[in-house]
Amino acid sequence: MKPPLLASRIEATMHLIPCPYCGPRAEWEFQWGGEAHRPRPDLSADDATWAQYLFERRNTRGPALERWVHRYGCGQWFHLVRDTVSHEVLAVYGVEDRPPDLVVEPTP
Amino acid sequence: MTGFRLPSGGQIDRSQPLSFQFDGTAMTGYSGDTLASALLANGVRTVGRSFKYHRRRGIVGAGVEDAGALVTVGTAGRSVPNLKPATVPLYEGLVATPVNVWPSLEMDVRALHQWIAPLLPAGFYNKTFTWPSWHLFEGAIRRAAGFGTAPSAPDPDRYAKAHLSVDVAIVGAGPAGLTAALALATSGVSVVVIDANPRPGGSLALTDPAWAREASATLSRAGVRVLTNSTAFGLYDHGLLGVVEQCAPPGAELSAGRVRERLWLIRAARCLLAPGLIERPLVFANNDRPGVMLAQAVRRYLTVYGVAPAQRWVIATVGDEGHRCAVDLLAAGLDVAAIVDHRAAVTSPAVAAATAAGIPIEWQARLTATLGRRGVEGARIALASGSTRTVACTGVAVHGGWSPTVHLYSQAGGRLAWDDARAAFVPSTPVARVETAFGWSVGEACAAGAAAAARVAQAFQRSTVAVALPTAPPADAPLQPLWEASGAEASAFVDLLSDVTARDIRLAAQENYVSVEHLKRYTTTGMAPDQGKTSNLPALALMAAATDRTIPEVGTTRFRPPFEPISLGVLAHSRRGALLAPSLTLPLAREHLGLGAEMEEYGRWQRPALYPRRGERREETLVREVLAVRNGVGVFDASPLGKIELTGPDAARLLDFISVQTLSTLPVGRVRYHVMLTETGTVLDDGVCARLGPEHFLLSPSSAMASTVATLLDELLQCDFPAWRCLATAVTQGWAVLTLTGPNALALLSALGTDLPLSTLPHMSIATGRVAGLPARVARVSFTGEASYEIAVPSTAAQTLWHAIWAAGTVFDLQPIGLESVLVLRLEKGYLIHGVDTDGETTPDDLGYGGGIARKASDFIGRRSLLRPEQRRSGRRQLVGLTPEDGVTVLPAGGHVLLDDGTPPSDGWVTSSAYSPTLARPVAIGLVADGRARMGARCQIADGDRRIPARIAALCAWDPEGRRLHG
Repeated sequence: MKPPLLASRIEATMHLIPCPYCGPRAEWEFQWGGEAHRPRPDLSADDATWAQYLFERRNTRGPALERWVHRYGCGQWFHLVRDTVSHEVLAVYGVEDRPPDLVVEPTP
Repeated sequence: MTGFRLPSGGQIDRSQPLSFQFDGTAMTGYSGDTLASALLANGVRTVGRSFKYHRRRGIVGAGVEDAGALVTVGTAGRSVPNLKPATVPLYEGLVATPVNVWPSLEMDVRALHQWIAPLLPAGFYNKTFTWPSWHLFEGAIRRAAGFGTAPSAPDPDRYAKAHLSVDVAIVGAGPAGLTAALALATSGVSVVVIDANPRPGGSLALTDPAWAREASATLSRAGVRVLTNSTAFGLYDHGLLGVVEQCAPPGAELSAGRVRERLWLIRAARCLLAPGLIERPLVFANNDRPGVMLAQAVRRYLTVYGVAPAQRWVIATVGDEGHRCAVDLLAAGLDVAAIVDHRAAVTSPAVAAATAAGIPIEWQARLTATLGRRGVEGARIALASGSTRTVACTGVAVHGGWSPTVHLYSQAGGRLAWDDARAAFVPSTPVARVETAFGWSVGEACAAGAAAAARVAQAFQRSTVAVALPTAPPADAPLQPLWEASGAEASAFVDLLSDVTARDIRLAAQENYVSVEHLKRYTTTGMAPDQGKTSNLPALALMAAATDRTIPEVGTTRFRPPFEPISLGVLAHSRRGALLAPSLTLPLAREHLGLGAEMEEYGRWQRPALYPRRGERREETLVREVLAVRNGVGVFDASPLGKIELTGPDAARLLDFISVQTLSTLPVGRVRYHVMLTETGTVLDDGVCARLGPEHFLLSPSSAMASTVATLLDELLQCDFPAWRCLATAVTQGWAVLTLTGPNALALLSALGTDLPLSTLPHMSIATGRVAGLPARVARVSFTGEASYEIAVPSTAAQTLWHAIWAAGTVFDLQPIGLESVLVLRLEKGYLIHGVDTDGETTPDDLGYGGGIARKASDFIGRRSLLRPEQRRSGRRQLVGLTPEDGVTVLPAGGHVLLDDGTPPSDGWVTSSAYSPTLARPVAIGLVADGRARMGARCQIADGDRRIPARIAALCAWDPEGRRLHG
């Protein structure tokens, strides 16, 4: 939960992330926010549905949809499509936008 | 005869002699020498002892491929172990010592390892020292087998880091790299060239050094940055290139302000890899004897350094390079007894030159062994006729073909393909953002460099310029690989630095470690500082032969960073000492120190722990400070407390969503304690929330969690509820907070002068106004159990408030209170500290805050999880008080609570414990299974084997009715 010290992140990360507001920046300026597009069930959800929401992730091999925040930059959250095999960043899009067409979301 | 300096020639500066020391002996070299060339010129043959068998080793190569012997350079804090002598530039006063020798280089006791070598094959240690435990033997084995010694003192020097963003990074300034750089120099793209050597040029030093000099001059005129003495050690994702620049030679003293090494993090849109070729050795008996060297390395010592490593030579080769070496040796006035060429007779310009010089050439012959005691004294040759001949010689130059340097390409994910004609693995698959350029000759390399530059330029929609190319020697005749000239004896080495022999490879095959990854780990081949540069291919070829496979079928491992060993100092660069993890400083830090505060770090903040008086013991200070708060008034610095302001019509709604409590019903001017949960229903943080206006709240998370909570609020507002109108702003460092606490706090606050309605300000309320003439927010909340007033002023006004408080405080005998005392005060009251008295499983009900949840109308983070069976089961650990039966033993924090007969399993543990000055007895709290239902029950606290009888008690030990809070 607690982000590591900024200084210790500076060489531990290596990607170049295109912030939609600031342009390409080094990964250490950002913080990963986990899998994107996970609707939160309401209080009436049964135990199985709620457990799935809490603990299950897609663990995608290939293009994965993620939330990121430019934490040591403009502070804006955004969505990012990242290929978990090649580490290529395939697209970025706004927090309220749907994923671009290039991604076929597999059913969980 | 051993090595000597040639009377003339070389690219060194003979007008600048340099004195240095090796193994305690004073020696002389010249400016432009490497340690290796200077050692050879001084007749040194044995430079070190080998890793496992402590065999004599000498200089083998003339660059990173020098896998012969490692040395330590420098002394004390500046000593750098395990350097390749050929990569250390010579300087005045250099001190080098051999590694792995005891008691001395010439008389190494452990050299007897080589006589029991047949007993020490690969895997020997893990097979033999298994009973009763490997750890019994580990120490002795590691001492005997280790390389080098860590410096005896802290490194006194500075290291730096620099970032660079460029269009193109060219790795290698040989013929390919320089051609590519020249072609791109004026194209409008930004270019940086990186080369490990002091001067650009690579192999051009042997063929056309003038062209290389002119090329670097042209590049500098065009504004192309050339980083020399710089090793590209890793190529990472998204074009991030890691480079270490050696700003001063290892071990040398630095003038003030200079740095020893600089870590460059270069972000290149395109990486053009032109690192050249590495010459391969040959595998034969005693191929590690000092005097055996790579053929091109010999040429470099002759041509670049004016050094003859030996007088009389035998050349063993599988290609034309051996013939060129022979011609160069002859030209330098040395003797060549024979060229032993594995090939059937070929014709080529290089062979013709050797023939014309009258050098005897043995075709279809193999050099099978070297002879000699302290170094090479002869060579045994298996002739085409089948007979054997022994030749006297003092030097053996070997050439086993060329391997392109593919390390960075492979790190970046490139796959290698087998080139049968060249007997080498070469780059095959394209890699994003990476271009490779290498050639088997100067001409091919230049052409490859130009082509790669054109591809790069095209990517930027630019064009390259034509480059006038250097003199290129004529092309070679094809080589014929020879992977093992004679490997029957135990001393045919594949990896000199790891002491891996041809027999070890066969043993690995025999024991079914046939996968290339297993081969590497079982035999450790390629794992030493060589990193597979010279050892990789011979090992793969021998494995292929032993398992009836082809070399591409055996395959190769993926190379990993670093290409060459790099220092830990440069990776840490400025991040050491106080800069390793900088702490946050209070606005009043100097004032606290002025009062004699002992500062300690609490969650990144340097805060006063205690204010000891002269001669006072720590416990005495604690008692004095605690009693000052209980009986009079104290002041403590609460500035690090988190502060997040929320404004807007949906602020209350947001707070209801993140809090267990209903904060939307909080009246303006009031403060409420609340708990935040994670989505799994466990406690994330606790704190207070104040309502400053109908649409204006001030949230105070604990100082350790302030940034986590701020990030969470931001994520909720931006991503999950973008339509909600609310602004959350973290303002922690904008305010300085001084807390007056104790029965006289109200009187002191009045004495400061304030327009606040103090008499009507109840416990858990907040008011905005002026204190001591300063704009201030005063919150009446308490963490000590006494009436307390938190006075918050803008950080810039902290000193003014501080001095006003002390001016008014004298008559009240005001005392400064350190955080350690505050922690005791809160423990007496049973107030919890998140992360100390809670853990990752604690729910609000475990803390006694479960009661009101059912009445809350809306959903909040973690609410659904509280309905899960795990959160509702009985037997959960609840926070309760604990008191020792004897009334005097302070319970050990962390000690397990054992109910009933005092035997495990544990029923919980003590989370906080201290001696209470107020109650004059120990107090403690802890998490105990079903603790609230077991009030008064006997238990035992485990302290090692000791058991301390105790009882479960109420959480709050002091003023449980809270009269003093409201007083």
